Amino acid sequence: MADINLSRITKCFGDYRAVNQVSLDIADGEFVALLGPSGCGKTTLLRLLAGFEEPDHGQISLGGQIMASPENNIMVSPEDRNLGIVFQSYALWPHMTVARNVGYPLEVRGLSRADQDRKIAEALDIVALGPYADRSPSELSGGQRQRVALARCLVMEPRAVLLDEPLANLDVHLRETMQQAFLDFHRRTGATMIYVTHDQAEAMAMADRIAVMDKGHIRQMAAPETLYREPADLMVAGFVGAGAVLPVQGVTVGSNGNCSVQLGQSSIKARICPKLADGLTTANAGLCLRPEDVWVTDDAPLRGQVDDCVYLGGRFRLSVRIGADQTLPVYANRRARIGDQVGLQVNDGWVFDRMSGEAA
Amino acid sequence: MQATGRLRGVLPGIIAKPNGNRSSDRLLIWLVVPVFIISILPILRLGFEGVMVGGVPSFDYFHDVLGNSSTWRATANSLYTAGLGTIISLLIGGAFAFLVALTDIRAKAALVFCFMIPMMIPPQITALSWVQLTGPSSALLNAIGMAPPLGSPQPLYSAEGIALLLGIQHASIVFLTLRANLRMLPREQIEAARLAGARGGRLWWQIILPLTSPGLIAGTAMAFVTALGNFGIPAMLGIPAGYQTLPTLIYQKLAGFGPSVLGEVSVLAMLIGAIAICGVALHHRLLSKRDYRLMGMVGRPLDVKLGARRGLVETALWTVLVAILVIPLLALFTTALVPAFGVKLTFANATFEAFHEVMFVQPSTIRAFQNSFVLSVGAAVTLVLMCLPLAYVMVRRPSNLTKLINLLVEVPYALPGVVLAIACILLFIRIPLIDVSLYGTLAIIFVAYLARFLVIALRPVMNSFTQLDPALEEAAQACGAGLSRRLRDILLPLAAPSAAAGALLVFLTAFNELTVSALLWSAGNETLGVLIFNLDDSGDTVLASAVAVLVVLVVIALMSCFQLAARRLPKGVVPWQT
Repeated sequence: MADINLSRITKCFGDYRAVNQVSLDIADGEFVALLGPSGCGKTTLLRLLAGFEEPDHGQISLGGQIMASPENNIMVSPEDRNLGIVFQSYALWPHMTVARNVGYPLEVRGLSRADQDRKIAEALDIVALGPYADRSPSELSGGQRQRVALARCLVMEPRAVLLDEPLANLDVHLRETMQQAFLDFHRRTGATMIYVTHDQAEAMAMADRIAVMDKGHIRQMAAPETLYREPADLMVAGFVGAGAVLPVQGVTVGSNGNCSVQLGQSSIKARICPKLADGLTTANAGLCLRPEDVWVTDDAPLRGQVDDCVYLGGRFRLSVRIGADQTLPVYANRRARIGDQVGLQVNDGWVFDRMSGEAA
Repeated sequence: MQATGRLRGVLPGIIAKPNGNRSSDRLLIWLVVPVFIISILPILRLGFEGVMVGGVPSFDYFHDVLGNSSTWRATANSLYTAGLGTIISLLIGGAFAFLVALTDIRAKAALVFCFMIPMMIPPQITALSWVQLTGPSSALLNAIGMAPPLGSPQPLYSAEGIALLLGIQHASIVFLTLRANLRMLPREQIEAARLAGARGGRLWWQIILPLTSPGLIAGTAMAFVTALGNFGIPAMLGIPAGYQTLPTLIYQKLAGFGPSVLGEVSVLAMLIGAIAICGVALHHRLLSKRDYRLMGMVGRPLDVKLGARRGLVETALWTVLVAILVIPLLALFTTALVPAFGVKLTFANATFEAFHEVMFVQPSTIRAFQNSFVLSVGAAVTLVLMCLPLAYVMVRRPSNLTKLINLLVEVPYALPGVVLAIACILLFIRIPLIDVSLYGTLAIIFVAYLARFLVIALRPVMNSFTQLDPALEEAAQACGAGLSRRLRDILLPLAAPSAAAGALLVFLTAFNELTVSALLWSAGNETLGVLIFNLDDSGDTVLASAVAVLVVLVVIALMSCFQLAARRLPKGVVPWQT
């Protein structure tokens, strides 16, 4: 096990900067998710870590050892990094049995037959696939195959386990079971895990910290709840969680990170990003409202018109239009007719700089 | 991640070190040298010969050859026979492809298998069997009392006869490309057209035909270029009638005057190469205007219920097959059974004497079998061993260099075999630097086979590496396995079926090959193709037929092995199962 440091990593494909000046520190034993839309550079970042790609600039180190540093002409090949990797496509070798798949890293390391067998059995037990040792991978289900891939990582006692959208090929029901399997694996082994996904629910459910990526940059790296409650910029606010970002004027900064803003005719109490509170201008301030922050009450001063109503099971999600072109998603207990006028009471909100990060 | 994958596909040359993996870069250099020597050097050497007269650059050979009327007559004949033959291929192959791919006729597998046999049978055997079928000396027609009177002309000894057999020989090329295209046709596109109200003829002319035009164009171009380079058929049918095409003209010049005419021959070879390249270029030009990326679920695009007409259509298809395959082979077989050429075959005088003669008595036959066997097995094994690492580097570490190789390996296969043979003679008659001559040995045929069939062995292996998930290899890499270890443990076992298929294809093609060896053989170094040609040429038609029957049996046996193994092989490896 080891901590991982990336410093100002850049990787270009032709003119396209897939990863741009990314710095990242991951502590030993941490579970970090790289989250972002497709094409954001998250898989490239993972492949840089694994050594399948060589960075153009910057430095990658693992437990204090430099793995890649083009400036110093250092590039440790993937086979010498001792990292486990789990692929979206499982990458099990179809011509080997489950046991040989799992034992291959040990075979390469030249362990004795008896040691190999013992470790294979242990690893298969951890992922609850003991009885399947002699099967061929093609006889297993998708979830079982992914567990074999996990066991293959486990036997080599890697410094970290990299997971590249491992659940993307599985159906919804299996995903939750597998999420639990990954979490159990993480708790039992204490391995550093880096998990690439475009599914925010997956990232939030598992990760200690999430790095949100977009266009080759890390936009924000924080614990899931921070990311949700206090997005650093417009991209993160829009990508993580439901809700809306409304441009607001008349921000009055209070104490302890609180403030009040003017929305239509009403004044709203909200939390404010310290950077903005200390900053000079609030001209580009945006108010991030999550659906649970807003209640539908008939007598609230903020009024809006129902544009849409969707039943989610247990509650309704309304799209309420306030002003000319601003729509808020809110939850309601009762069905509303499209066109109804409703009152909205805003209990919480997050004010940040809408233009932050756009220049980069 | 999808974006990087796309980019890697678009910009392979720009990404200099896609993986920072230096051992595979070294591997590439070791592979490029032999590929260059066997594929490109002979062709360059040939071009050199045509523009040098007595060591000085000169266009004298061009003047001589292009000023000679026989050159232009042969060119016109080549274009006529290849053109007419291509039309026949298009009609037969096109009809089979559409009917097999889009209708509900039965026994498709058997139909396709039988339809592929003409392509796999060497052209000189096709020619021999058709000559045995028609004409006054036909053993088959004589046996059933339908032979034309003695002295009447052999109808196949004519331009149209050559074209007909070229057409039949290459119909399967059109069939294969067109069927591959039809298989890629998404069902939704046809369904959308039908929902829009298109039916019957309109559906065919406005939707299906335009969508399949890339396949039709590609198939036509390939059939034309192959027909242009064909030597066996015009040699067997044209030479007796004094009708010359470019390949036979080259052969006759070389056979008649020996190596002194190499300069002229080089110019002739360039001429035929130029026509072939024009054909390929035209094909690319036509295709580039038709970028019909077909999107959607690939399935059976149409399943036209023929209803009451199904029996009729099936009868028609099988009748065509019987006419172009069974009857000629039957004629060949009956000729092999007669005690002497021209004798009427009866049950009483039928004899396997000719088979006994060629298999156990004549040393040249046994030698030719041995030579062809050694050459084709040797070529198959060598090529597969070369192709596994080559295909790996080409698929996994694409660069400008590998793209160039990808084009270069096509050249010796696309050029007519005669051209390649001459090029090899020129280069290996006295190898520069070490002053060794390969001419007059089996080795020169072997090298020419390596050049000609490299692409046949390479494509299936490349195909299987392309289909292989890169993660399979990366997973092994993460497990600590180095390049050689990965090649041995992961890549070889997974590519083995395609490599075997490639080897079998090379074997099949090389075993019967005539065009290349026709110019390269020497006494004691005959191949089967040469043997049949020479036996027939010297009047031993019965023996030639017997050898031909044996060859056909070997071909069909090998194809059956393929058919049986098809289910275990990756898609696209067995040529007639796209």
